[in-house]
Amino acid sequence: MFSGFMLNAWAAGTIVAVVAGVVGFFTVLRGAAFAAHALPNGAFAGAAAAGLAGVNAVLGLGVFSLLGALTIATLGRRVRQDVATALVIVMMLGLGALFLSMTTEYAPQLFSLLFGEILGVSSAELLPTLALAVVCIAAVLLLYRPLLLSSVLPEAAAARGVSPARVQFAFLVVIALATTTAVPVVGALLIFSLLIAPAAAASSFTSNPAAAMMLSVLIALATVWSALALAYALDLPIGFFVGVLGAIAYGAGRLWAGLRVTRRRAPPADLDAWRPRTLIEPTE
Amino acid sequence: MGFLGPLVAPGFFANQAVLFALFAGAVVAVVSGVVGTVTVMRGQSFAGHSLADIGSAGGSAAFLVGVSPLYGFIALNLAAAGVMDLLGIRRPRGRDVATGIVLGAALGLAALFLYLDTTTSSTTGVAMSVLFGSIFTVSPSLTPVILVCGVLAAGLLLLLYRPLILSSINADLAAARGIRVRAVGVCFLLALAIAVSLSALTIGAILSTALLIGPAAIALRVTKQTGLAMVIAACVGVVATWLGVVLAYDSYSWPPAHAGWPVSFFVVTLIFVVFAAAQLLPLPGRPRPKH
Repeated sequence: MFSGFMLNAWAAGTIVAVVAGVVGFFTVLRGAAFAAHALPNGAFAGAAAAGLAGVNAVLGLGVFSLLGALTIATLGRRVRQDVATALVIVMMLGLGALFLSMTTEYAPQLFSLLFGEILGVSSAELLPTLALAVVCIAAVLLLYRPLLLSSVLPEAAAARGVSPARVQFAFLVVIALATTTAVPVVGALLIFSLLIAPAAAASSFTSNPAAAMMLSVLIALATVWSALALAYALDLPIGFFVGVLGAIAYGAGRLWAGLRVTRRRAPPADLDAWRPRTLIEPTE
Repeated sequence: MGFLGPLVAPGFFANQAVLFALFAGAVVAVVSGVVGTVTVMRGQSFAGHSLADIGSAGGSAAFLVGVSPLYGFIALNLAAAGVMDLLGIRRPRGRDVATGIVLGAALGLAALFLYLDTTTSSTTGVAMSVLFGSIFTVSPSLTPVILVCGVLAAGLLLLLYRPLILSSINADLAAARGIRVRAVGVCFLLALAIAVSLSALTIGAILSTALLIGPAAIALRVTKQTGLAMVIAACVGVVATWLGVVLAYDSYSWPPAHAGWPVSFFVVTLIFVVFAAAQLLPLPGRPRPKH
């Protein structure tokens, strides 16, 4: 379990979990789950284009996820963010379908970009993955204060000269970086689960941002490590365990938050409950 | 049909697969336009897209036990819609996470079922055909199912039309008027689940989302009247689908492979271009409220 190719899998899984935990905290805080789904999925078109052009797939992933981020940010200024994201993901997938139809060879490599191939990570891939991960985490730490301020108090951020559109674009670029880091090693579906579930679970346990981010990284690490061990022991796909363990972690978080509320009779953890009640209650 | 000569390659109207693609595509486009308009108004595009992916998990599970993928699609999508509601899709803040958690868990299940599918029957095509499903491979035996699902989804929505629109625009006002906002929201999610199951299974997940969100977003850019927007969205969807089918048919003689370009690429590009162009139009004014 800790030898040969499995060592590479542990290393790659650990790197990706740390990135996902850090970026995921802001993804959940900003309500950017759709973009976190769209960019990794759509970026596969870049890998298909790279295959056609005969260049490295990582380059294609990087270029396409950045282009996707740019388009979502541009369209998102004029229409709702979710509509912009939906149109960008279908456009990217449509291009991917076109590129796929132009290659005559069967593309198991593209299949692995969706479902991941963590057990096939080579030692040569580890160094670029680590480098990209460092850049991605550095970008989040650099943007930490404006990101946090504009996510929690958009008006206060705007008053201090932090442009919400610019912060949104910067954050989409961070998701694009995380995509480029993670998709080649763990696949598009798995990185999405890792971006959402651990961070959503962590936000149920604490409202302190730094603590929530640390907790999100820890839950992501625990999810990936247990998923790797279970996948190895039971010989089943790791994506299944990551998806299910993530949902369980989130469920545990909700349960914890629920129990705490009933015990202390304090307001629940989610901000929506702080909204003033409307004077007119629904009549049944 | 002579005037269509320059546009359409020979044999278009004699091809059974093409004619059925035109029929199935039109039904799906109309249902998607109607349901999609409300989806865009309610800000639930993510849920609409996710259900297409979630259904693929149900489809691969159905494949495993040997029943029609359609039942797997619909069963899992209805269940997913219910869980999304339980997790709090009603509130704007929780909506994103509620959808994301369900999608993440379903994708995990999809990974498992697809793995079991491939180990038991060595078919890797299930995932790809669901993701990039082709409108040309729709089986005519699906006709009754397509019609029943389409009528069910659109009918459910039209039945709830007034309370649904009101609670989509202003939930508090709707609640004050005695509308059960949550129940209406759940019914809408169920209609969305049926509509997406239908479209994802017949034309693939890419086109499913494209036809659900694209035409509706274009229509709502042109008018703020919901009923009119639904009609425009349905028309835009049908035209885009038919043009896409025509172009894909023509593209069999195009380079590089002479194997045809995918329909999904054409339809998505048409919709995307019209959507981008529609952004240049001035915003429509709200219609006067009628009393």
